[in-house]
Amino acid sequence: MEKSQLGLIEQSFNVKYSDGVREALDELPDSFTITDPSIYGHPIVYASWGFLEVFGYSKNEVIGRNGRVFQGPKTNRRSVMAIREAIREERGIQISLLNYRKDGTPFWMLFHMCPVYSEKDGRVVHFLGVQVPILRRRKSLGGGIGRKGGVCHDGGNCREAVYRCCRREVCSNSIMGVDRAVSVDSVAGLDHTDVDVEGPCEASDQEKTKAIVIVNNIMSVLANYSELRGRLVNDKRCCQSVTSLLSSSLTISFGRIKQSFVLTDAQLPDMPIVYASDAFLKLTGFLRHEVLGRNCRFLSGEDTDRGTQLQIKQCIQKEQPCTVHILNYRKDGTPFWNFLHISPIRSASGKVAYFVGIQIEDTSEARGKQGLNPEMRHRSVVAAVKVAVRGWSMGASTS
Amino acid sequence: MMLKIKRVPTLVSNFQKDEDEIGARGVGCGRNCLRNCCLPGSKLPLYAFKNLSYGKFVADETMEPPVDFLESLLLGEWEDRQQKGLFRYDVTACETKVIPGEYGFIAQLNEGRHLKKRPTEFRVDKVLQPFDGSKFNFTKVGQEELLFQFEASDEDEVQLYPDAPIDAEKSPSVVAINVSPIEYGHVLLIPKVLECLPQRIDRDSFLLALHMAVEAANPYFRLGYNSLGAFATINHLHFQAYYLAVQFPIEKAPTQKISVTGARVKISEMLNYPVRGLVFEGGNTLEDLANVVSDCCICLQENNIPYNVLISDSGKRIFLLPQCYAEKQALGEVSPELLDTQVNPAVWEISGHMVLKRKEDYEGATEANAWRLLAEVSLSEVRFQEVTALIFEAIGLSVEENEHAPEGSPEDLDVTPPQPMEEIDGLSTHTTMVPV
Repeated sequence: MEKSQLGLIEQSFNVKYSDGVREALDELPDSFTITDPSIYGHPIVYASWGFLEVFGYSKNEVIGRNGRVFQGPKTNRRSVMAIREAIREERGIQISLLNYRKDGTPFWMLFHMCPVYSEKDGRVVHFLGVQVPILRRRKSLGGGIGRKGGVCHDGGNCREAVYRCCRREVCSNSIMGVDRAVSVDSVAGLDHTDVDVEGPCEASDQEKTKAIVIVNNIMSVLANYSELRGRLVNDKRCCQSVTSLLSSSLTISFGRIKQSFVLTDAQLPDMPIVYASDAFLKLTGFLRHEVLGRNCRFLSGEDTDRGTQLQIKQCIQKEQPCTVHILNYRKDGTPFWNFLHISPIRSASGKVAYFVGIQIEDTSEARGKQGLNPEMRHRSVVAAVKVAVRGWSMGASTS
Repeated sequence: MMLKIKRVPTLVSNFQKDEDEIGARGVGCGRNCLRNCCLPGSKLPLYAFKNLSYGKFVADETMEPPVDFLESLLLGEWEDRQQKGLFRYDVTACETKVIPGEYGFIAQLNEGRHLKKRPTEFRVDKVLQPFDGSKFNFTKVGQEELLFQFEASDEDEVQLYPDAPIDAEKSPSVVAINVSPIEYGHVLLIPKVLECLPQRIDRDSFLLALHMAVEAANPYFRLGYNSLGAFATINHLHFQAYYLAVQFPIEKAPTQKISVTGARVKISEMLNYPVRGLVFEGGNTLEDLANVVSDCCICLQENNIPYNVLISDSGKRIFLLPQCYAEKQALGEVSPELLDTQVNPAVWEISGHMVLKRKEDYEGATEANAWRLLAEVSLSEVRFQEVTALIFEAIGLSVEENEHAPEGSPEDLDVTPPQPMEEIDGLSTHTTMVPV
């Protein structure tokens, strides 16, 4: 893993919670992970001891990886898609899932995932995933249930099994003792040589309830330690008023794009930046919070050509794409030639909602390189952003 | 009796107009097409995928593509054609929404796709028809509508040749734009374009399509296939594909495993979805999966049963859907209200993505309406079981009987009576306290 990625992962946790949060989470016996959707690849930023024990990995092998590495050939694809969809829609899900340990042995678990919101701006800062191993019972053969008749949507359809993360009262009912008794030890004791990976595995009500209880426990730890930091996290989205809020599904899609670009909100006054890619921050030397909410013109300076700036302005007014070479300045004041492409981005309603700006530093060596040429890179990014925004806003437009 | 339906064909190419509309200009026939008149000396980017297993293109940072390699190429070239104005409309300006409901059907209002043209007659009772060079086919498209060539690499890694010659001897497989896109990135994959294969699935072509799904490495990029009689309008072998970053309703349908082949391809039946169909997953190799599915398709087309195919989840799940809508339509068995919507239930509609031509249909779109239309597309339960038996016979499999297969109790089905809740103090009451 790259150093910068590890740094982001450290930060992901440390800026949101006060010291001691890891220690407090380490105390919990359960198997769970915390992931950060704003980092490229939606990696795991925390894994509990219980998780490492159940899955047979060391901490270093798990941090920075995406949860999909624990899936295998027999993992139900529909369930995987249902989880992906829940992340996209930023909602909770509880679903049976076949996972694989490091040694390749599969086992069934009840996976309960839910978003962790920032109380400040309602953004999803993390996803919490709890894994409750399912103790298999022999299925009765369920005689007489018709093929179409007795269909229950459990398993892939999330509606029934989704619980919002629970209230604090629930957390305060300490059930720690119960959990300790059943969680890790019982798994270690399971004979996992004979797992029926084919059949469905329905968790019992008890297991389902247990997952909820564990989630509540962890949420209250996270809430406590974020309170001390002054950035409260919550199990419910508190402020819905933030119009320029980008959902974590968009952030995940954008995180895939390894290129300097920013997204500006066409509906807000002076078109502020609502997203800046890591490559943009690297290129310009700014920190994310220094650019979000600002208009892009801070990149221009003394020797920036006014005509070029005007040209950009006119294209934006006409909602047309434009490509220019413009002299920009980094945070440290050093200038660079920016081969800039700007394009309008429509939401699912068909109206221009954003503009994307893609920066490629104009150097002679970049020109001579093999691979995709700069013009093609511009267009690839425009296209990837269009696909992401359209998909994301389709659900949003109906409300 | 010959069964026919009347419909207005969708233009997939700007060269699919009446011959006299296109004036001759420049060299060759003047259209810069793919035939002998224009082909010599032509170049087109070539994307060569790693043949054996899925591998990523690795290079130094400045060479690394913005997104996965095939996606960067496909989307970049598509956006380029958009900026050049080759499409009949900007599909991102077409309003679209997820219809509220359990499955989340997707509706798009597309008033520009529909040609104001008189309908043409289509024969719908023959799934296999010989190629007819006098009709529109993809050798007639202009080269500007082609995005790249797509083939297996001889090397151990993905290769991109930006200026590869189009070698007529090798009959390249090409990816072309659909000038009437139903979503962003709508393209056509045309296997061995110069061989002029009719619309019929064969093992190699299907494997190529599956490779494309794997290479794209994005679960929101899906490929689809319509046989003749199941709303294919061009009898020249092609698959379609586009990007849509939401889950399709068909992908949410519960399934029940019915068999596993020797090569470990799992075959399931969809449950609780308006169109009955089979789902294929797994297999020891990608080729195993491709072979089982293409053998099933071959069985259907040889038995003159129209069908649609959806390649989903980056090639990990394939849906096969025999259908009978066109036949019903030709026999006058479809209600006028459904016909009035002019929705042609091809693979995308069956998957739950409805492209609507009238504003009133878009605004009044409900899950019940979508369901009603798709229910007409489906084979009846009896006919579906017959067709499944036919397919299984062709690929030498038998349907697993549930009573003989305690291990294979129906997947995702809750056939278990509710488990008695073991009493643990303080636990049993929590469920009800949770706000749902």
